[in-house]
Amino acid sequence: MSAITTPNQFDVPAKGNEPHGHNYLNHSKGILSWMFTLDHKRIGLMYMALVLFAFFLGGTFAMLLRTELIAEGPTLLADKTQAWNLYNHMFSLHGAVMVFLFIIPAVPAILGNFILPMQLGAKDVAFPRLNLLSLYVYAAGAAFFLYVLLSGVINAWTGYTMPGGFGLDTGWTFYTPYSSSKSMSSVIPATGGAFILGFSSILTGVNFIASIHTLRPKGMGWFDMPLFLWGLYATSIIQILATPVLAITLMLLIAERAMGIGIFDPALGGDPVLYQHFFWFYSHPAVYIMILPAMGVISEIISTFSRRHIFGYTFIAYSSIAIALLGFLVWGHHMFTSGQSALTNVAFSLITFSVAIPSAIKVFNWVTTMYKGSIRLETPMLYGIGFIWMFSIGGLTGIFLAALSVDIHMHDTYFVVAHFHYVMVGSMLFAFIGGMNYWFPKMFGKMYNERVAAFAAILLFIGFNLTFFIQFVAGSHGMPRRYANYPVQFVSHHYWSTIGAYIMGLSLVIVLFNWVAALLNGKKAPANPWGSNTLEWQSASPPPHDNFPTTPVVTDPYDLDRWRYVSDDEGWVLTDEAKAAIAAGTARTGQLH
Amino acid sequence: MSSISTNLGDPNDGHGHGHGGHAHSHNPFLAHHFDTPEQQFTTGKLGMWVFLGTELLMFGGLFCAYAVYRHNHPEVFMYAHTYLDKWWGAVNTVVLLVSSFTMAWGVRAAQLGQKGLLCVLLVLTLLGGAGFMVIKGIEYKAKWEHHLFPGRLNVYNKDYAGPEKPGEAHDTHGAAGVSHGAAAAQGHDHAHDTGVAGKPVVEHANLATGAEAAPRSEGAETAPQAPKPGEHAEVAAMAKPVDGPKIPVSFFDPNSLGAASDAAKIVPKSGGPAGLAASEAAHGHAAHMAYGDLPARDKVRVNTFFSIYFMMTGLHGVHVVVGMGLIAWILIKGATGIFGPSYYTPVDLVGLYWHLVDLIWIFLFPLLYLIH
Repeated sequence: MSAITTPNQFDVPAKGNEPHGHNYLNHSKGILSWMFTLDHKRIGLMYMALVLFAFFLGGTFAMLLRTELIAEGPTLLADKTQAWNLYNHMFSLHGAVMVFLFIIPAVPAILGNFILPMQLGAKDVAFPRLNLLSLYVYAAGAAFFLYVLLSGVINAWTGYTMPGGFGLDTGWTFYTPYSSSKSMSSVIPATGGAFILGFSSILTGVNFIASIHTLRPKGMGWFDMPLFLWGLYATSIIQILATPVLAITLMLLIAERAMGIGIFDPALGGDPVLYQHFFWFYSHPAVYIMILPAMGVISEIISTFSRRHIFGYTFIAYSSIAIALLGFLVWGHHMFTSGQSALTNVAFSLITFSVAIPSAIKVFNWVTTMYKGSIRLETPMLYGIGFIWMFSIGGLTGIFLAALSVDIHMHDTYFVVAHFHYVMVGSMLFAFIGGMNYWFPKMFGKMYNERVAAFAAILLFIGFNLTFFIQFVAGSHGMPRRYANYPVQFVSHHYWSTIGAYIMGLSLVIVLFNWVAALLNGKKAPANPWGSNTLEWQSASPPPHDNFPTTPVVTDPYDLDRWRYVSDDEGWVLTDEAKAAIAAGTARTGQLH
Repeated sequence: MSSISTNLGDPNDGHGHGHGGHAHSHNPFLAHHFDTPEQQFTTGKLGMWVFLGTELLMFGGLFCAYAVYRHNHPEVFMYAHTYLDKWWGAVNTVVLLVSSFTMAWGVRAAQLGQKGLLCVLLVLTLLGGAGFMVIKGIEYKAKWEHHLFPGRLNVYNKDYAGPEKPGEAHDTHGAAGVSHGAAAAQGHDHAHDTGVAGKPVVEHANLATGAEAAPRSEGAETAPQAPKPGEHAEVAAMAKPVDGPKIPVSFFDPNSLGAASDAAKIVPKSGGPAGLAASEAAHGHAAHMAYGDLPARDKVRVNTFFSIYFMMTGLHGVHVVVGMGLIAWILIKGATGIFGPSYYTPVDLVGLYWHLVDLIWIFLFPLLYLIH
């Protein structure tokens, strides 16, 4: 308490540690004050509850299907006729729920909603009502998937088929003509749900683009923004340009299934490969919707916990945009075996290789930022380093798959499964949990137990690699994906993979319980527990309703020398020089590049 | 509220007031997270433009499907588009263009705080939207009556099981169908040029030709057709030996489908298949063709044109209805007189949306109705 004696407008609010200080959580009371709130922070938290529930569902499906695969032959999911239908439903629901309900909204809708306006020094996103609408649109889409799940459960238990079908057995890609005319599962409810979720994603994207364009405070030019905002901006570009194409594709698919319009069904004169083009025109850029905001999180974490200014700011910023734009030109690499012309294949292959360039630029810059830094291995940093490790593996194996001749061999094998899980789980999930741990003190004003969190992070890292690295081996030996059974030579691969999945599940439970314990009994968090210089740390923890009592002074977001460590209770405070510079009006360094 | 009553009382006074000190005085329309009304307006406009971008991409998927099918099966589009009434389409284009004009004028009226004029213009715009939908309804009704709805309701669909079996279509339409069929086959362009009144005749003629030829694709072996009089029979005779046996195969032959056979997709743009060339020679006009003139692999794809037509115009119609709802909303708001020089953002944004709806139709009309 000695450091701050006379709070004034440029100090970190001294009340940040106060348990009962006025903040966004206790700003107003009652369930309605949450349901009709326009506060981006509360909307972010409500997103968190829904998205984490979806993650729990998707994870449960993953556990069930890995359990089926733990041994050769029928174990858990084969039904009475040994038709393995339940397994098909399980991997389809796992994929669809994880992609549409968890991975795509997780970082933008939770962390982005909460942090983006604060990093802009703004009071809210550009369109608060649209923001709330996007939450409810998300909830409506999620309800469709719950219906799909319910229809499957009811059918499995009673044999009754609800309107629309039961469960989902098409895979998350809904390939025609199986989805349009053969499958008995709830394709229309599921695609309807994905259609609706797309609009939630679009509304978030519109909101973020408008916010970043128009709400930046005085002194924050484009290249003075934190890199998390660049990541979200690139993500939003994809969300608004790709998602509408998915919407129209799913609408055509629904019409195909309901009326037989003959666009995609070859029996009616349609073209199933056209469906694949449409679908991947969205769904490949969607991969970058998943990874770009995660990369933004990692840029913040790596710089903060290395105590070094981010290296190559401009390169990282531009590489986000480059990945977003190149991401639109590579969808055909999902279809190398679908009968495209050889010329098309070569073009898509070459452009796919080129995505490696901006991705590698980011990795090199993160590693260079860490070089000669004073690295603190706190939990967010553990996730950050894990991210670099696994994104490198996921990215480099992507180069294997971009090579045409290799892909013919690897297509639809566990090699592909392992590759995209390294990117979607090893990278994106690690960035998400790392970011959650990083911003947890800001969101709730509580500190989690550092040792438990670090233990969970290491356990998750071990479990993840055990689960998926061996799948590279199985895949390269020819183990095809989506199969419920396998020849005897893959027994040990699948056994260890399933053990790894259990370890992952356990570590995620530990992560969750650690958060809950922190919410109930956590130490009070200081305003700036990590010594980061982005604007959200210059507000109290948790922030007041309007985020900042006065608009904060914008400086280089990675000028970490402005902060000095006081104690665990008080965290980091501005140095006397920084305060003097603010008072003298010379605080803005603007020396990014 | 004081500024509202000011605007209500005297638009000119509101005008002056707005330009004067509104920016920094308390503005009831300024949300708490914006610094100035200008920032708020810019943000709203940017958001709307971004949203319009997503709308374009959404329609882009349909335009892409259109391009793929028209490129791969030009004859289908040449043949099937004759069912559309280009005169109604042209009238609708004018209706929508005029409503776009009244909308743009309405934005100006809102900026100047001319409440009465704004309301009149918005009502006119609403009427334009309603007129468009009514005409669209007339067109859809004709398609419904002729079993040209998308999917299994389309007489050309393989799974068609409507009340009017394709085989019965001939009997139902009877002599009229045959005689008009002959007239249409000999003078399609003439029948078209007679305008709106002549159109139903052409539709009947085409349906009769198409519906008779269609069942042949599946029923040729079991139910040989009776000889037809005149030109019609000639078409049938021409189609039967060449196309009849092939069509059942083409339903299931992977070589005729999708990307499996690039060679099969490539259709000469000029000259065309023998049937088209013959009709061109006979009538000196290549734009209109009979069902029998279609290449075998295209006969099963006529329903695709109607699928694309209904998906495109249907999605566009939904946007028109949404736009009408938005216009009704700003009409109600505008009637209270809250729009003026200092606040007209909703009118401006709805106007942008309405222009986009108009613009999409301007592309849909020639692509669907005016195929040559």
